[in-house]
Amino acid sequence: MSDRRIAFTIDGRKIEARAGQTVLEAAEEAGVYVPRLCWMKGLTPAGACRVCTVRVNGRPQSACTQPAAPGMIVENDTEELRELRRDVIDMLFVEGNHFCMFCEKSGACELQALAYRFGIAAPKYPFMFPRRELDASHPDIFIDRNRCILCGRCVRASQELDGKHVFDFVGRGRDKRIAVDAEAGLGDTDCAATDRAIDACPTGSLLRKRVGFAVPVGRREFDRQPIGSDIERPAAAE
Amino acid sequence: MPEATRRIVIEPLTRVEGHGKVSILLDDNNRVAQARLHIVEFRGFERFIQGRPFWELPVLVQRLCGICPVSHHLCAAKAIDGIIGVDQLTPTGEKMRRLMHYGQIFQSHALHFFHLASPDLLFGFDAPVEKRNVIGVIAEHPDLAVQGVMMRKFGQEIIKATAGKKVHGTGAIPGGINKNLSIAERDELLAEVDQMMEWSLKAVEIARQYTLTNLATVSEFGAFDSNHLSLVRADGAMDLYDGKLRAIAADGSQIIDQVAPLDYLDEIAEEVRSWSYMKFPFLKKLGPETGWFRVGPLARVNACDFIDTPKAEAARREFFEVTDGVPSNLTMAYHWSRMIELLHSVEVIGDLLHDGDLQGDDLVAPPGERRGEYVAMLEAPRGTLTHHYRVDENDQVTMANLIVSTTCNNEAMNRAVAKIAEDEISGAPEITEGLLNNIEVGVRAYDPCLSCATHALGQMPLEVKLIDAEGNTVDRRTRP
Repeated sequence: MSDRRIAFTIDGRKIEARAGQTVLEAAEEAGVYVPRLCWMKGLTPAGACRVCTVRVNGRPQSACTQPAAPGMIVENDTEELRELRRDVIDMLFVEGNHFCMFCEKSGACELQALAYRFGIAAPKYPFMFPRRELDASHPDIFIDRNRCILCGRCVRASQELDGKHVFDFVGRGRDKRIAVDAEAGLGDTDCAATDRAIDACPTGSLLRKRVGFAVPVGRREFDRQPIGSDIERPAAAE
Repeated sequence: MPEATRRIVIEPLTRVEGHGKVSILLDDNNRVAQARLHIVEFRGFERFIQGRPFWELPVLVQRLCGICPVSHHLCAAKAIDGIIGVDQLTPTGEKMRRLMHYGQIFQSHALHFFHLASPDLLFGFDAPVEKRNVIGVIAEHPDLAVQGVMMRKFGQEIIKATAGKKVHGTGAIPGGINKNLSIAERDELLAEVDQMMEWSLKAVEIARQYTLTNLATVSEFGAFDSNHLSLVRADGAMDLYDGKLRAIAADGSQIIDQVAPLDYLDEIAEEVRSWSYMKFPFLKKLGPETGWFRVGPLARVNACDFIDTPKAEAARREFFEVTDGVPSNLTMAYHWSRMIELLHSVEVIGDLLHDGDLQGDDLVAPPGERRGEYVAMLEAPRGTLTHHYRVDENDQVTMANLIVSTTCNNEAMNRAVAKIAEDEISGAPEITEGLLNNIEVGVRAYDPCLSCATHALGQMPLEVKLIDAEGNTVDRRTRP
């Protein structure tokens, strides 16, 4: 990797990227938040959720997979893109069974936090109410597929960070779901409660058992400030 | 339907929580043959929590209700304590939960008395509907209306400080609580206690004066003998958060005493009737015909030997001066006993707020030996609440049975309606305004929460239907 700086703009703001950085990474370093769900620091980007969609020289691209290039004109926080992201988040909600009111991830869930950030009070699309399987066979880990958004973070984290292959996708289209590498369920895999794949889940789909609501309301990750606030810095502060 | 009857239906019922309707069946002589409070909605909580992980239950099942979710939250938490083998919470865990519960009793009783019931008591049952509502109270008794709001707010603030949110919080977790009470939270609440105490004493006085002034009316109005059931402490004291079951007969004689919640199935069964989604619990010892009982404030004041806070105990003694020491069986005595409990709650809250254990850091007791099944009970604002769960080795719920307070009062409310209807309309197959009013007043005294009782959804208006011997509806009135 060279030290050559790559200059481009996001919403008119000048950004300098290092060679090999994606638009999302360069933006984050510069204090610009690009909303994302399937992206996680330390994992190969997948470009799966499309929440990070930006316009690069006018073309829609996922910021998490788009390498920064000199002279790019990137649009991020525009009404059009906000609307598109709202729609994507909305569809993720109605496609699963996301009941925040009794979900222990509530207040620390990235999907819910994005919905709050984008002002989604209720979905505009009809709920699909899919029938999804639970897997409680592991002594320390619980899978609730009702809350899975197929971001694939657990799939990648298991392989890239844990050196295992516990999770993968099966099925296609609306039947696509997360599977584990044992027919009898997660309890038969080499998944451990210490696996980083468990922490990778942005929603309440992969949970450590018996933790539940140990963190009181008011002290949960997104109780204090909206998601992305820790990244955002005004341009003047640079 | 019995032979040769006509039926009156009242739908919807107003100023109660939930949705229901009333049918009055008349015989050929237009005398009341039977009255039925129908609970016609259904939610199925007990079924759809199957498969969910047990630690989710306190937060999940409280969604049954927005009025007293804390009761379900805490009852489920107590049951889960049993599942994970915790028989004794830490002092901080136990006292924080108690504070939450008494805050809940306080706000619920204040809401019912000042906003739901006071229009009937202040203006009379027959006052015009346009006036006999909370807006009428605000217009004519603004001080009382404001007190009601402020008292409810106080209870809600306690819930927020202990559960994290005013409605549907997360405070009680398996084996304890997820936060203690900060000094700042304590001091804010303590600053209000004296005012709340003063208003509670006044509320007891209003209810007492109302009962004594109208003794002739309330002695007849929807009155009938019944058994009474509640939890009591080991020494017989009133305890709304914990205890064992005691049932007494109408004359005060004991039927059962110190029955542990785990043994409730030995003593209590539920009967199903085809016309309601709400079941009919009864004491097995006496059978369904005579074993039905009342729960809630009246039953608790009747069943306990004493109240361990001085002002409420003095109020209890005044209550029993009227009955010469035997249990009261008057439907309308619920209001007075509810206010005695309101006073007791604020006394308990005041004592707890002065207890340094609330600032402790030992929030959760370590799990003990796991159990596959457990039953917990507490005294919710409306009466004894039972949560019974089975959990498998994977931590998933396999069975749930929730017996809520309003369900326990099912037979009693039907009897109250029958008695009121008999007194009001026998001989005239017509739904008068007076009948509609009186039935509502009678049902409302029990402060039913019909959404809980059927685990039901929706608003609660009143419909009354009159149905004749052939099953034809001869009259029908509704009130939105």
